[in-house]
Amino acid sequence: MSDNPDFNVSKIADLARLELTEDEASQFQKQLGSIVAFVDTISSLEVEEVEPTAHPAPVFDCFREDAAVQGLERDQFLRNAPDSAFEQIRVPKVVDA
Amino acid sequence: MNLASLSITTLRSMLTAGETTPREIVESIATAISAQNDQIGAYLSADLDRALVEAEASDLSKPLGGIPIALKDNINVLDQPCTCASRFLKDAYLSPYDATVSAKLKQAGAILYGRTNLDEFAMGSSTENSAIQLTRNPHDHDRIPGGSSGGSAAAVAAEMAVATLGSDTGGSVRQPASHCGVVGLKPSYGLVSRFGLVAFASSLDQIGPLTKTVEDAARLLQVIAGSDRRDSTCLDVEVPDYLAQLEGGLKGIKLGVPKEFFAVEGLQPAVREAIESALTKLESEGAELVEISLPSTSYAVATYYILATAEASSNLSRYDGVRYGNRVDNSEGVIEMYRQSRAQGLGPEVKRRIILGTYVLSSGYSAKYYLQAQKARTLIQQDYRKAFESVDAIVGPVSPSPARRIGQFADDPLQDYLADIYTISANLAGICGISVPCGQVEHEGSSLPVGLQILGSHLAENTILRVGRGWETIRDAE
Repeated sequence: MSDNPDFNVSKIADLARLELTEDEASQFQKQLGSIVAFVDTISSLEVEEVEPTAHPAPVFDCFREDAAVQGLERDQFLRNAPDSAFEQIRVPKVVDA
Repeated sequence: MNLASLSITTLRSMLTAGETTPREIVESIATAISAQNDQIGAYLSADLDRALVEAEASDLSKPLGGIPIALKDNINVLDQPCTCASRFLKDAYLSPYDATVSAKLKQAGAILYGRTNLDEFAMGSSTENSAIQLTRNPHDHDRIPGGSSGGSAAAVAAEMAVATLGSDTGGSVRQPASHCGVVGLKPSYGLVSRFGLVAFASSLDQIGPLTKTVEDAARLLQVIAGSDRRDSTCLDVEVPDYLAQLEGGLKGIKLGVPKEFFAVEGLQPAVREAIESALTKLESEGAELVEISLPSTSYAVATYYILATAEASSNLSRYDGVRYGNRVDNSEGVIEMYRQSRAQGLGPEVKRRIILGTYVLSSGYSAKYYLQAQKARTLIQQDYRKAFESVDAIVGPVSPSPARRIGQFADDPLQDYLADIYTISANLAGICGISVPCGQVEHEGSSLPVGLQILGSHLAENTILRVGRGWETIRDAE
């Protein structure tokens, strides 16, 4: 099923913000083509009347007091940042002038 | 003697009797690591100097006082690395906080000194997907240790660690335990907090111990289980005494044997014989074997790889080069920075799973794949719920085959996925499971360990620990 027309690795990788080399794209197209064909086997299950399960042991509505608690210190957080300035994380320009 | 070859139970009684010291245990581990880790590759890092300092300050009155425990390198420990065996985080991240399990272990007196290898971000079942190093099976160095907690299993099996923690999303504690000949426990979903465990698939992940004995697994579970307000999926239930029923024996226990488990294509004759022989012995010690049916077995793997990758694609979007880890600086703007930071920092299996997960969630396909898999998950849960109405536990293999050779499925990841068939349903259903060594079998010219899997209903840890201990007693008497 590596010729599955619906499954275009490069298009999906774009959605996932993942740059692929040409070699990766052709290798993944082939490998994931057969995996997609395999997982497609569940299409034949008769489940129209079945409720979906998102979670194995559902816990609903976890509340806590709306009280301030100590979080991470700024320097503990910033020490892992690839780039920082003025005690903040610095990133390339996001907004056009 | 190598004190790292002993169990927690034995070391604790030696410590309280004054027959050894925490320092001697750490020194034994240090000697074992320097003798073997270059070959086995179980540890990614170990800070033994700091461990010696902590050893001197041990409080032996605590339940794990003076016991060194190594953690899979996806569980945060304050000021230690947490690479997830990924280039994305290697040399670029030091944990700013303790995971809840790490805090609980420290509070119980354990010394957290070492970080064990894994498949990158826990994605895999061979530890070959580590971007940092290969881990070899201590029983045959040409073979995989299993995975993704392969380093945690190999460290215990090679007697380089007393006990370790791993994480299990689709079998990642139980399967390496089986391949390396140690005990591996996956607790029920919600029993152990995942706060500080790097997320792979949040509706499936659980942290669990890898140990030399069932009793040690119970001792570690006792410490790490319990509610946590920082993990909203963690259940607010009272933690029972996991040692209390351990020696309860097998008399009157009903063990379900799923017929589908023995009809799996690829189940190796040596594994089948080992499991069938174990079942006969369990029966002769008073357990009642009941044939059961789990029809959902045939679609569990497909269901799992849709749900796990969907959740992973969402969880791993945080690796974008902004707050931590790898960043490729690019003046073309922030989107290019994301794309290239991820391209450079993440390995092939992680990329494959992100792409598959993005696909099954993408517009036009989410109903066909993701919603369908969520419904299939309901059927899998119902299958197990029904089975546990008539049996106390379910027994079978952990993996269809003993540890395979390194590199065997290098170009065909689907083959490894299919081998997850016995373990993934427990994660989808949220139930607990344990792998207990079931002897060595001859396979392709090697003598390799095989594990017996015992599955229990949600929060029935005491039952599977008791059956596991019962099996251990039979095995030890041989």
